[in-house]
Amino acid sequence: MNESLLRVEHLVKHFPMKAQTFWGDRQYVHAVDDVSLDVRRGETLGLVGETGCGKSTLARCIVRLENPTSGRVIFDGHDITSASEDELRSYRQQMQMVFQDPYSSLNPRRRVGSIIGDPFGIHGVASGTERKRRVQELMDLVGLNPEHYNRFPGQFSGGQRQRIGIARAIALKPRLLVCDEPVSALDVSIRAQILNLLADLQKELGLTILFISHDLSVVRHVSDRIAVMYLGKVAEIASAEALFDHARHPYTRALLSAIPIADPDLDAAREQIVLSGDPPSPIEPPPACRFHPRCPRAETMCAVEEPALIARLSDREDHPAACHFPVKDGESVAAAGKPS
Amino acid sequence: MTESIRARGPWKLAFERIRGDRWAIAAAAGVVFIILIALLAPWIGAAVEHSPEAQFRETGLSPSGIPVGPNREFLFGTDGLGRDVLVRIAYGARVSLLVGVLASGLAVAVGAVVGIVAAWFGGVVDTILSRLMDVVLSLPFLVFALALVAVVGPSLTISIVVIAFFSWASVGRVVRAQALSIREQEYVKAARSLGAGSLRIMFVEILPNVAATMIVYATLLIPSSIAFEATMSFLGLGVVPPTPSWGNMLADSIAFYKVAWWFVVFPGAALLSTTLAFNVLGDSVRDAFDPRHDQTIVLDTETGGKA
Repeated sequence: MNESLLRVEHLVKHFPMKAQTFWGDRQYVHAVDDVSLDVRRGETLGLVGETGCGKSTLARCIVRLENPTSGRVIFDGHDITSASEDELRSYRQQMQMVFQDPYSSLNPRRRVGSIIGDPFGIHGVASGTERKRRVQELMDLVGLNPEHYNRFPGQFSGGQRQRIGIARAIALKPRLLVCDEPVSALDVSIRAQILNLLADLQKELGLTILFISHDLSVVRHVSDRIAVMYLGKVAEIASAEALFDHARHPYTRALLSAIPIADPDLDAAREQIVLSGDPPSPIEPPPACRFHPRCPRAETMCAVEEPALIARLSDREDHPAACHFPVKDGESVAAAGKPS
Repeated sequence: MTESIRARGPWKLAFERIRGDRWAIAAAAGVVFIILIALLAPWIGAAVEHSPEAQFRETGLSPSGIPVGPNREFLFGTDGLGRDVLVRIAYGARVSLLVGVLASGLAVAVGAVVGIVAAWFGGVVDTILSRLMDVVLSLPFLVFALALVAVVGPSLTISIVVIAFFSWASVGRVVRAQALSIREQEYVKAARSLGAGSLRIMFVEILPNVAATMIVYATLLIPSSIAFEATMSFLGLGVVPPTPSWGNMLADSIAFYKVAWWFVVFPGAALLSTTLAFNVLGDSVRDAFDPRHDQTIVLDTETGGKA
């Protein structure tokens, strides 16, 4: 049996833009550019990156809400990249998504019971009283009062709504749950509850989770492994501990240094990496290493040759980073080659 | 445990707003009154012992053949053939309401389906359906109606179909615009990721969200359909005499307007008050569903507003 449940190979998604003039060349937004990932059975893979780096697009390509421009999505050994909507139906049972915004992801005009019962109806699994019983079981499982079966989404709080979204996603006992920023829209006090719920469900149902977030501290809390994305590409992948303790990519370092630390002494002691400028436009991404215009370690080579996503230094095979000049342990990010 | 501020659905909120709107209540009372008259038409006829098509040459016409004015036997007077205007108005209400409700219902149903289909499928389908709506909206309806009736002959069914045909496009446009924004909502994406098909998404996810618009359009289309039917009957394109309709009564009355005011005034007043009542009600319904209109939080009086 293959160890990975989901395999993304060289996935590319370009969105066409309106041509500036009638004769002008059509431009493309390079949302996801040659991303390869493995999600192993039973693990939680965290996917972090700034807003607009393509992580949501990647998620939508995986569940085929968007059709990838090129590349392959392999679920449980089957290539589903070019499967028709009919062929997808059985995979959709095994692969579900939790959406970011619990307000717009639930139809305001439908009762909660029928929203959660949708998967049963669509896949003809259960109907009538059987469906109602299973919906109420699900509501109980995610910590909702089953008696609120007949309420509308508007009668629930944000956290409760996200529980409804999760109940709908796990209704068919999927094997893979793609969570697209499931807690970003929630109050900090509610986040932990939802994260714990996901962790409990993972244990109970043996879920594999792809957890997308822009919040490193949340990702660290839930993930076994973490992938860092920058401008449509994967910068670094490592186990959660390795990423936090031995980050190799300067961008990862910069992200880590931006996590607030409560202790002011510790905060003052660490290296602050403030990146200059904004992320470049994904319409015309920088050549070679996409991070080089903002990278404190960048050299001529970085603008010429694209760094491969491979393990460097003495790292293990499963800790690749896409950088020509990876940061060594204890080394300052700015210190590479050139004297500062 | 009681909640002093209840979460109320948009339907309930709209209903409560209508209940607090005096004009809406008056208009609704008028509409109910007209519906009652239409339903009770046979009993009204039986009470005065006149059928709508019976001609009373002896009592209903003067010796020189002029209609008689309102009197004890004919409360609203008689028409040019000595028929009871009151009874004919009551029966005419049936035609008007039937055409108004069926034509606007048909128009809203067709408009909603076309609008949702155009918005959901987009691309070529959207272009074709949108241009079709533009074409329908730009057709000169009276000329078209005249031509169609000349070909197939006037009847109640044809009236309903013609009126619906000229009304659905405006509904279709509005529903399409709304459905376009709904289609981008995440709950539609969620439905797709669950494996829902196009039919299910269009009718389970999108339709309930445009239902309020459909209700508003239906109530506003009823009076215009009634006026449309009266126009067609007036021109002899609608209901076939001797079946009474307000339009053909008004057409008949033209010859007598100098000597028999009642023959013009009563059917005209019936038409005017009916369309007015429906229009006022329609406006109130539209306001009631408009989220920007007046969104006050109403405390539940039963619990005294205590949390």
